[in-house]
Amino acid sequence: MQRIGVFVCHCGSNIAATVDVNKVAEMALMEPGVVHAEDYQYMCSEAGQAKIAAAIHEKNLTGMVVCSCSPRMHEATFRKAAERAGLNPYMVEIANIREHCSWIHKDMEEATKKAVILMRAAVAKVNLSAPLQPGESRVTKRALVIGGGIAGIQTALDIADAGYEVDIVEKTPSIGGRMSQLDKTFPTLDCSACILTPKMVEASAHEKINIYTYSEVEKVSGFVGDFTVDIRKKARSVDMDKCTGCGVCQEKCPSKKAPSEFNRGLNTRSAIYTPFAQAIPNVPVIDREACIKFKTGKCGVCSKVCQAGAIDYEQKDEIVTEKYGAIVVATGFDTINLDKYDEYAYSQSKDVITSLELERVMNAAGPTHGHLERLSDGKAPKEIVFIQCVGSRCADDRGKPYCSKICCMYTAKHAMLIRDKYPDVNVTVFYIDVRTPGKNFDEFYRRAVEQYGVNYIKGQVGKVIPQPDGKLLVQGSDLLDNKQILKEADMVVLATAIEPNPDVRKIATMLTASIDTNNFLTEAHAKLRPVESPTAGIFLSGVCQGPKDIPETVAQAGAAAVKAIGLLAKDKLLTNPCTAQADILLCNGCSTCENVCPYGAITYEDKEVNDHGIRETRRIAVVNSALCQGCGACTVACPSGAMDLQGFSNRQIIAEVDAICR
Amino acid sequence: MSLEKKEFKPKIVAFCCNWCSYAGADLAGSSRLTYPADVKIIRVPCSCRVNPMFILRAFEKGADGVILCGCHPGDCHYSTGNFYARRRMTLLFSMLDYIGVENGRTRVEWVSAAEGVKFSETMNSFVEKIYSLGENVRLGDLRCKS
Amino acid sequence: MQELVNRAKELLADGTVARVLGWKAGDLPYNPEPAYFETAEELDDFVYNGFCGANLSKYMIEASKLEGKTMVCLKPCDTYSFNQLIKEHRVDRDKAYIVGAGCKGKLDIEKIKKKGIKGIELIEGAELTDEADTLTIQTIYGNKTVAYADVMLERCHVCKGKEHMVYDELIGDSKETKDAERFDRVAEIEAMSPEEKFAFFQKELSKCIRCNACRNVCPACSCRKCVFDSTKFDSSQKANVDSFEEKMFHIIRAFHVAGRCTDCGECSRVCPQGIPLHLFNRKFIKDIDELYGEYQAGADTTSKAPLTNYTFEDAEPSIVGKRG
Repeated sequence: MQRIGVFVCHCGSNIAATVDVNKVAEMALMEPGVVHAEDYQYMCSEAGQAKIAAAIHEKNLTGMVVCSCSPRMHEATFRKAAERAGLNPYMVEIANIREHCSWIHKDMEEATKKAVILMRAAVAKVNLSAPLQPGESRVTKRALVIGGGIAGIQTALDIADAGYEVDIVEKTPSIGGRMSQLDKTFPTLDCSACILTPKMVEASAHEKINIYTYSEVEKVSGFVGDFTVDIRKKARSVDMDKCTGCGVCQEKCPSKKAPSEFNRGLNTRSAIYTPFAQAIPNVPVIDREACIKFKTGKCGVCSKVCQAGAIDYEQKDEIVTEKYGAIVVATGFDTINLDKYDEYAYSQSKDVITSLELERVMNAAGPTHGHLERLSDGKAPKEIVFIQCVGSRCADDRGKPYCSKICCMYTAKHAMLIRDKYPDVNVTVFYIDVRTPGKNFDEFYRRAVEQYGVNYIKGQVGKVIPQPDGKLLVQGSDLLDNKQILKEADMVVLATAIEPNPDVRKIATMLTASIDTNNFLTEAHAKLRPVESPTAGIFLSGVCQGPKDIPETVAQAGAAAVKAIGLLAKDKLLTNPCTAQADILLCNGCSTCENVCPYGAITYEDKEVNDHGIRETRRIAVVNSALCQGCGACTVACPSGAMDLQGFSNRQIIAEVDAICR
Repeated sequence: MSLEKKEFKPKIVAFCCNWCSYAGADLAGSSRLTYPADVKIIRVPCSCRVNPMFILRAFEKGADGVILCGCHPGDCHYSTGNFYARRRMTLLFSMLDYIGVENGRTRVEWVSAAEGVKFSETMNSFVEKIYSLGENVRLGDLRCKS
Repeated sequence: MQELVNRAKELLADGTVARVLGWKAGDLPYNPEPAYFETAEELDDFVYNGFCGANLSKYMIEASKLEGKTMVCLKPCDTYSFNQLIKEHRVDRDKAYIVGAGCKGKLDIEKIKKKGIKGIELIEGAELTDEADTLTIQTIYGNKTVAYADVMLERCHVCKGKEHMVYDELIGDSKETKDAERFDRVAEIEAMSPEEKFAFFQKELSKCIRCNACRNVCPACSCRKCVFDSTKFDSSQKANVDSFEEKMFHIIRAFHVAGRCTDCGECSRVCPQGIPLHLFNRKFIKDIDELYGEYQAGADTTSKAPLTNYTFEDAEPSIVGKRG
């Protein structure tokens, strides 16, 4: 028989206001095995933990139940407290009477009844618990960063500076990401390339950083400290060792009709290309879809002009398999598809562009070489309208329910830059709210209004109608003056919502990292563990976790790096002892369990058994507890019930069921 | 002794996987999204840990409804657990339906850690369904009920 | 039958096998029982006739542990069970010398009795000659005749075919006796109202005496120790103490063999209470076929079983009740 202590937490008034904590403690004493019960204001506090330790000593407890907040919150705290007092940490169970009870129920009697039942279920479980000992697993001292934008670069640099090897896997031919496409950055108007390029160079030159560009993560297996990752290095068709980056091939390439990804399709590039001048590595790739040689077999101009002999049409994709202790996701974002926003005439007029396209238009390396001009006829615009929240804060399923966070600031930036360079151009911004929470952000916005005379109109645009003369008629409303506005514009810029890079879903699945309905990766705790995924060993950097601007991204990238470093600095990790085990007398050796194990943790051995006097050799399942992650798939697949999960045993769960249905 | 019919208070067991749905339930809690106290949650590592025996056991002991929540297909913390759970539960529910148990008494919902709202809505609608079905007289061991 | 005996004697004599697993006569004309034969003399008791419905595959679990090979007589449908046992590492293929016995349908004594035929002394035609369209039954009340097809086991009316899935040699001809659709009865029940369904199964299952005959005969139900006998689920074997237990037992039993059950029909054949237990297994088979693609357990020894397999697009459990 266990000797169980029950500790009921008030959590200040969080629990005690709706649950009669005294009653729960009182009822606990009537449960089998319970020899001690008490309630206290904050069980997780030092004083609360001291009470637990004292009870463990005085009452010689063999198990305990804490009725408190979610085990996801403080299970570790209470297990540590128990362990310090000499009780096996796996003899501790939590009855979640806060998140699952006091916070969602209003009626005291009802909530108390439920709390008592949750307490009983936990006591019933502990009655059947057994002490467990965690094993140890090794840590591969190497990190993988998925995504080579500013988030990935910063994370990689920080990890590498701490002395650990880092690999960056970037899907496109160059690192740099979205930031490399930006012209200037708010709120200081730094030139984006000027501050990003040195970071790119530093990452590429860092002896601890290895960059795989034009590569994708293909497969991930393993677990925290010991991931095995297959990386597909897509065929570049250019030998990276031989190429000198002279650029002659791109100049001479006769196929120049491929839309430039870097310039958002606003102009074209050659079939063999580097995305932009400062690309790292400065080695082009051949776009096989666009290349004449690949399409027709004839051409081969690049190969002829390449003095280094670097062109290799035969090159094939290569799979590199590497081991990592930690993985950081930094997959960034894209702007949403505007197909569902036909009212803004984006698909009808070349002069309706997204803000990211405007960045390219205003950039010296962009399609217009930095001249502000209409893409339809090259004329200088005189009247520009910005429309905010296109697809952001959207109630219906055309757009996104969230605020994209960066649009108010970059629109102020664009407006200011245009007014500064072209004082004769009128700039109007239609907005729902202007959101400027950030250091020097509101000051920045006010400069746009007060110093640069940008015309901000609170109201939404219903429609943009292209006119026969090439102008755009903007129909909007002014909510402050309560009037309809009809405005002729030469150019309309849409502050298009951002969304996580569509590939992130695939990556999240490979990493078994949880993802929310908007495809942002979920953090382990919204406030306290914002850069960790709930999946151990996976960290989040940048917009893959939620919309953020560059300073926030860099800060989070550093935080993710620190978390990864904290993991890599360990030599060994304690493994979860809640693993499956086969009862050798019940096992049929039928291989059913092996077929559902996602970790290949189950093998079979011929074992000598003594089954109540019958001695024979049997084929028995053996679980490698270092590989087993404790999902329990095998326990249900097993018809004889030979396979059971420690910490979540069949009898324990049945006891919980019984306690709840009692 | 009163012969008055006691008000029906259903017993509902919700199995929630640790990684998604239990966290979703926590989020419902911290967001103060209410659902009836009839629902009691049992934490399991994964939806694939839930043995049909547990579900039948719950009914045997007087449960009026059993719901299983796990990560969305493809998002399982253990990669494949919920795929197995999905097949197992589909077959089990189909069998229960076949022997004449109202199929509203069992349900599987995929609830992610970020879906506190969905968790609460799911529980509200499930409880409502159980109220409409009334007491589970077909499966329970009548003498176990108090 | 004589061919089987002769071959068995040869195999024993030349040392190919150490024993023969077949059937010997019981105390009544219609209840031959599974038996081991180790000598030519013992083989004189060997019988093979229309009442040899018993599937001998399961006996090979124990026979695989014995010294030397065992000659085992398997009918076409029995070989599915044997394959399934190979797949689950429960029998040793190398320890078995499989003689595929010809089969033209096996008989159900209960159906004969239901025809009002009592006091049976001798049954002719049950040894399965090609002409055995009619059975002549000597009873203490005189001779009766009955059409062979009318008194076949349920499983023979939905015969899986005359091919043996695994064998070392074949003796005797087989015939496909299928004259009904396998899932018709299941579909009928599915179409009932919940009340009717419940009443139907309540009536059938309340007959259950938990004798475990179904469990003992089932080649898929071959656990060393059944969960209902172990302490693992707090479900130790006991008499039914409540109206739910037999349901729980039969649902779980069917669930544990789902995707493994070859639909050999032995459970229904041996049930002393005449409960149509195959209706549980066949429901799962029908669901599996409809939801996850047609699957015949025991058709091979390598394919992935439906419950250890999945696709991303699998139906959601909410499909239950939405179909049909």
